[in-house]
Amino acid sequence: MKDVRDELPLFEVFIRAKNGLDHRHVGSLHASDAEMALTSARDVYTRRSEGVSIWVVKSTDITASSPDDKGEFFDPNDDKMYRHPTFYNLPDEVGHM
Amino acid sequence: MSNPQTLFDYLIRLGDNSLILGQRLAEWSGHAPILEEELALANIGLDLIGQARMLLTYAGEVEGKGRDEDRLAYHRDSSDWRNLLLVEQPNGDFAKTMARQFFFDHFQYLQYEALSRSTDERLAGIAAKSLKEISYHRRHSSDWVIRLGDGTKESHDRMQKAIEELWGFLPEMFDMDAVDDAMLAAGIGDDVASLRDEFDMAIEKVLREATLDRPEDSWSVRGSREGRHSEHLGYLLAEMQFLQRAYPDAKW
Repeated sequence: MKDVRDELPLFEVFIRAKNGLDHRHVGSLHASDAEMALTSARDVYTRRSEGVSIWVVKSTDITASSPDDKGEFFDPNDDKMYRHPTFYNLPDEVGHM
Repeated sequence: MSNPQTLFDYLIRLGDNSLILGQRLAEWSGHAPILEEELALANIGLDLIGQARMLLTYAGEVEGKGRDEDRLAYHRDSSDWRNLLLVEQPNGDFAKTMARQFFFDHFQYLQYEALSRSTDERLAGIAAKSLKEISYHRRHSSDWVIRLGDGTKESHDRMQKAIEELWGFLPEMFDMDAVDDAMLAAGIGDDVASLRDEFDMAIEKVLREATLDRPEDSWSVRGSREGRHSEHLGYLLAEMQFLQRAYPDAKW
């Protein structure tokens, strides 16, 4: 028997927990189309009231950075402390930033 | 004020529909074709069992003989059940389960929409609360009917076969008997007969999109309002009621 998994594309699921927050990646699932991915995401990822909004996107539509590029992508920023806004004096009233 | 026995009869019809279909969906647990559907079917089944709990609890209170939801669920023989013949039909393949769900969801949506305006506040509240769930069930099953009908040749043929096998169970949903008439007159129940046109329109729209043919009205079966069920209900109850039958009044 052919594995159904081979036939259904993978979708990544993003959920917004409440208004004002960003959508966050929560996981992935298999579905035949975007509509099915959306309803399945509702059943798989929001059944305990985890969300108010769902995005799904085909996993193949995501372009990701390669682990091999880690050196050239990220390492050069490690010694550029001046890019961090840590040299300002903040008034106490501002609290956590 | 209406006769309590009539209201009881009316409420268990509603509650039994939800409970038996919920039990059928629970049978898919561990057997669904994909994990995502496994969860969806269990969720929908639990929604239905939740409705049944509210309705049977209310029915027991109306009856006033001390029967609670569990008593009504686990200590009634098949001839005392009043669920539609449609909902007790076996799961069959996934297409048949979806066809059964599709017909019931569309029917239940229209029925509960009407019941949310019932003069019986408790029933109206149960209907209104359930309506959001049912909207989702309807969307889920309609999507699958379209997806399978307008899918591969294999899925199309299975879906077409499924709706043909269940088509004759639909007329019963829209029957009105003395209990329905009395509840309608009291402003408590709805006129299910009047829902048929809207039901047909909604169903046919989905079937067209699914490239499925509307079956001929060549056969129909009835009997659930008098407690005459298909053989399948007995087997379902034997499983569902086993624990309470073997160990009466066992507690967790």
